[in-house]
Amino acid sequence: MPIPPDPVGRSGLPAARLLEIYRLIALARALDERAWILNRSGRVHFVISAQGHEGAEAGLCAALTPGRDWLLPYYRSLAAVLAFGMTPREVMLAQFGRADDPGSGGRQMPAHYGGAAHRIYTSSSPVGTQALHAAGIALAAKLRCEPQVAVVTMGEGASNQGDVHEALNFAGIHRLPMVLVVENNGYAISVPAEKEVAVRDVAVRAAGYDMPGVIVEGTDVLGCYLAMRDAVARALAGDGPTLIEAKVTRLTGHSSDDQQSKYRTEADLAEGRGRDPLPAFRDELRAAGVLDASTEAAIAAEVRALVDDATDFAEAAAEPDPATLTCHVYAEPAEVSTPAMPATPATSTAPAPPSGRERN
Amino acid sequence: MAVRTFIEAIREGLRDEMRRDASVVVLGEDVGKKGGVFFATDGLWAEFGDDRVIDTPLTESMIAGVSIGAAANGLRPVAEIQFADFIFPAMNQIIEEAARIRYRSNGTFGCGITIRAPFGAGVHGALYHSQSVEAFFAHVPGLKVVIPSTPYDAKGLLRSSIRDPDPVIFLEHKKLYRSVRGEVPDGEYAVPLGRATVTREGSRVTLVAYGLMVHYALDAAARVAGEGIETEVVDLRTIRPLDTETVLASVRKTGKCLVVHEDNRFGGFGAEVGALVAEEAFDYLDGPVTRLAGPESPATPYASVLEDAFLLTPEKIAHAIRTLAAY
Repeated sequence: MPIPPDPVGRSGLPAARLLEIYRLIALARALDERAWILNRSGRVHFVISAQGHEGAEAGLCAALTPGRDWLLPYYRSLAAVLAFGMTPREVMLAQFGRADDPGSGGRQMPAHYGGAAHRIYTSSSPVGTQALHAAGIALAAKLRCEPQVAVVTMGEGASNQGDVHEALNFAGIHRLPMVLVVENNGYAISVPAEKEVAVRDVAVRAAGYDMPGVIVEGTDVLGCYLAMRDAVARALAGDGPTLIEAKVTRLTGHSSDDQQSKYRTEADLAEGRGRDPLPAFRDELRAAGVLDASTEAAIAAEVRALVDDATDFAEAAAEPDPATLTCHVYAEPAEVSTPAMPATPATSTAPAPPSGRERN
Repeated sequence: MAVRTFIEAIREGLRDEMRRDASVVVLGEDVGKKGGVFFATDGLWAEFGDDRVIDTPLTESMIAGVSIGAAANGLRPVAEIQFADFIFPAMNQIIEEAARIRYRSNGTFGCGITIRAPFGAGVHGALYHSQSVEAFFAHVPGLKVVIPSTPYDAKGLLRSSIRDPDPVIFLEHKKLYRSVRGEVPDGEYAVPLGRATVTREGSRVTLVAYGLMVHYALDAAARVAGEGIETEVVDLRTIRPLDTETVLASVRKTGKCLVVHEDNRFGGFGAEVGALVAEEAFDYLDGPVTRLAGPESPATPYASVLEDAFLLTPEKIAHAIRTLAAY
């Protein structure tokens, strides 16, 4: 059910901002393509791809405020984490599993994003769990009267998890400033949507939790922006959460260990390629007179240079020190930020324990 | 010093921490107006209101997961799981998320949450209101597991747990709630996590226990004392991190080690204590490291005769002490 793209003018965004969004999509695509090359040439172990999701993420995130809002990403959130301030070098440090990977120091598989400096919450592999973390972050924002929005992203496969429904229910009850973005690419690895979701549109589930459910097309970058702009306004006004379903396409296999031609027809794959957001947005900007040939070439050159730099930088970066294997299981003493603990009874003026004696 | 029941000490610990630190919030099922099914949170809603005492839907995974997120954004959540038997829907959030957040983020995120849960049998709770769940959590690096036995420790350890920057599973044996009283100071004090205590000194046998079993162990130790068997009782108080030095020092003195817990024996926490003693105090042992634990039924049955057959008693423990002492 394609939605006609918004005319560029309806977004109200200036040309420079539109070009930034285009650049972000192009950068995410180029980083992702480079990761596959590195994988196929044996230089990185694993890739899980964002190709096809970038337009929706770039449009949605254009309505957010990095530094204020929280992002709870999933493994296809490459464009979103870049929008929140992660750099190509940081992305590649994680891809190579290097010590300076800001999300995990090389402990997690690539694309398990996290970045405390950017309010990108740490993510895991069991899908959907982050929805509850988003609800908790939004609860804290509400109780602390902080004007923040917690934006959580996932695929339609994850949207079936119980945690997601528990999060939507809780967010609905408490009118939390949370936005759930479901990037519906039609497949949970190999299982098509009709065998994993009982309804055609995940967005209709929002009604069960008393919140709007909005459908946007992943090629309609500015439609995504407008949907998120409305959701953020609702959240900050205290009107509660929104569920946004972005209909996207997955241009690659699930991961570098998956061959999707085994379970998808050529016609299906061709249809998917026809919904690639990168050329769609490029054509839209060209038609609107925002993107001319020289600007396009300049952005392409810049993106190529950034990806080359990030690759070289990360590949040359230090690997984690095996001596750190068991660090950060618990807080190191320097990380304990709680108020100083009062002295134990044995050494203070407080009464001694009624029985027994302290050892150590 | 005031005398308090175990549940009163828990309640005071919560109240005092909420008064001390405005970021402390309580959430769980029926914790609000009702004050919890055991009244652990009684009076908190009246004092602190809806924002800080949050009645949740019947969704244990949500209770844990929302706590994790709230902690990331500046709150100190104290979650209540109504019965430990119901914690399993939250296992994914506790083990895959809370326990791993600091490690997987290379120390850039922490997860300072406390999850309280009543556990244990002996109150006719049957299969699903009686379970001991500590071994599941004690296995997981990144978690701390606290099991107090006295009102003093319950309050002091709860305060330390709430202030701790890492996730703490705080297990309260429900049979202690109203059956045990003890002196609890009104003023500021805390009991550190990870420290065992020797509750009774003895020379012949070391008895390692936690929670309700500490009281049964002391009862059993008194029974056999008249027979000339002096039993040293070690109350672990925190089972992860385990205070290995206190356990080993005691066993090196007595040469014999009996571990008692209500949880099933196979794969239970006693196996870890036993292995520790076998590896680190082998040269001091004068008898087999022995475990006395719950029988191999999945949980405690309802009918009183079945429940009685399941439960450990001071007499059963006294028998195990005599057997080991005579070895």
